[in-house]
Amino acid sequence: MEVQMKDVTMQFNNITAVDRMNVTIEDGELVSMLGPSGCGKSTTLFMLAGLYKPTAGEIFFGDRLVNKIEPEHREIGMVFQNYALYPHLSVLKNIMFPLKMRKVSKGEAEELAREMAKLVQIDHLLDRKPGQLSGGQQQRVAIARALVKKPKILLLDEPLSNLDARLRLEMREEIRRIQQEVKITTIFVTHDQEEAMSISDKILLMKDGKFQQFCPPQEMYDHPENEFVASFLGSPPINLFPASLMDNLKDVSISGTNDVITLSSPLKEGMDPARQVTLGIRPEDFYIETDEKKQGILGKTIMVERIGRDNLLNVEVQNKTVRAIVSPDLRIERGDVVKLGILPERAHLFAVHTGENLLDSKLR
Amino acid sequence: MQREALSKGFVYTLLIIGGLLMILPFVWMISTSLKAPNEVMIMPPKWIPDIFHWDNYVTAWTMAPFARYTLNSLVVVIASTIGELITTILAAYAFSRINFYGRDIAFAVLLGTMMVPGEVLLIPNFVTLANLGWIDQYEALIIPWLASIFSIFLLRQFFLSIPKELSFAAKIDGCSDFRFLWSIMVPLAKPALITIALLKAIGSWNAFLWPLIVTSSENMRTLPVGLTSFSTDAGTMYELLMAASTMIILPMIILYIILQKYIIEGVARAGIKG
Repeated sequence: MEVQMKDVTMQFNNITAVDRMNVTIEDGELVSMLGPSGCGKSTTLFMLAGLYKPTAGEIFFGDRLVNKIEPEHREIGMVFQNYALYPHLSVLKNIMFPLKMRKVSKGEAEELAREMAKLVQIDHLLDRKPGQLSGGQQQRVAIARALVKKPKILLLDEPLSNLDARLRLEMREEIRRIQQEVKITTIFVTHDQEEAMSISDKILLMKDGKFQQFCPPQEMYDHPENEFVASFLGSPPINLFPASLMDNLKDVSISGTNDVITLSSPLKEGMDPARQVTLGIRPEDFYIETDEKKQGILGKTIMVERIGRDNLLNVEVQNKTVRAIVSPDLRIERGDVVKLGILPERAHLFAVHTGENLLDSKLR
Repeated sequence: MQREALSKGFVYTLLIIGGLLMILPFVWMISTSLKAPNEVMIMPPKWIPDIFHWDNYVTAWTMAPFARYTLNSLVVVIASTIGELITTILAAYAFSRINFYGRDIAFAVLLGTMMVPGEVLLIPNFVTLANLGWIDQYEALIIPWLASIFSIFLLRQFFLSIPKELSFAAKIDGCSDFRFLWSIMVPLAKPALITIALLKAIGSWNAFLWPLIVTSSENMRTLPVGLTSFSTDAGTMYELLMAASTMIILPMIILYIILQKYIIEGVARAGIKG
């Protein structure tokens, strides 16, 4: 089911936890709500669930306004960070619980619960109590319980954060598999960018209660709307250089150096370009420039680390460390002065004050 | 190794002394209950009577209407324990899970009342009940004891340790507040509830002062009050008093032995995150 938020705002006392959220999530999409802790992503999820009532704005499920509708009538399933299984009930009874509340007959409820348990692959554990299960198994039970009443929307609040690294990888693929099998609109809260990048159709990035960007992961990575989005995604993180935009609006001079970079993408139209800017380059968008005549950023190598098939260089520029991921074909030693070239159309330019992306990329 | 054994020996010695001190009155009670009247007060005290007067028990039981007292005690204990469980569960839920205006202040005030000594309230409570016309009725024995701040506090702490998400999950599953309380919270709080019920039952079974004050007719007396039958103007018949006391405390001791693991669990778990 399509989910639409119109100017949704949530205030706790004087704190605005979520500020005028406007997002439309299409039917069947898996969307990650991503952001640092305290950015309002869980609050937004709780509003969608109906556990919090928004201070202002409207939430639509399909074309139904759900602001005043209680959680149990919203046709949602929810999975909590700590799973919230009923400790005194067996796995089977836990999964049957939502059906029991809906007065589904016992036989039918049990049948549906067993079916769901099979889907999440816990059908051999039905007689156990939650306390006797591992974290990953509890998570599966929680998912089964959320899905058993055939909800239209599945909400997951940091479902993987209590699992160890290996299990987390396994469970996120599980969630993706289950989501695609039942084709349910799924909204997933996480603070882990890698998790969000790997499984979602779209990412909704938030910061301090404010909407930042909502688009498919790759697009968000390649074309961040602002400096925060650019620096939140990516590991190692994007390199940011204080710089100034020259009069021709094409060249950027990096502060404190003689290095000048010519932009290959045009500036956005109708924008009053601030001259004080931040140049952002992702580590993998650098290469070692050997042509003396070509542009690049000069710096001294302070560390070389082999990561898989690439080399990670730490290069000192203006007392700051710049990280570059480059091909190991060129032998570079610690102490070497290198010139880092930038792949075409890979530079990002942000206004210093607003953080806004100043470049017009081809996609838009 | 040796030091460990030594300190263990010391601890055990202390515990044994403590245990003996605790059990002494009970031993004395049983011993007295089996004595002949002239053996009770003799010096030096005699721990083991010459002849075991088992007939003291029969005499004690038949001297006063103990069957009636037992019935009264059972009615009072059962009614006030069930009543207290109900009020405690509801109040603890409200104080732990429902956000209402003035909740924390109301709770602080309730806790504050625990500092008022019960004796201070004897007269005002008596006057209130007298005005209601409840004196010498079951109402007087039961209704003032239907709520306990201590129990509410204990259970509230227990409820607070149950994660909030559980109630969210239940809400999404379509479970009402009351249903959630009854089918999730109460089963989870079983150890705490058993503790509360047991403490209440023991307290109520042993209550003496209040039943003594609010009952006047033989028919309304409870067991502890009934024990006063053995004290007359001519003196106290200790051997019979002790025989009756032994019979009275027996059910509570049995109940405690059966349920003691819950008591310890309940008291230990309240306040600790489960």
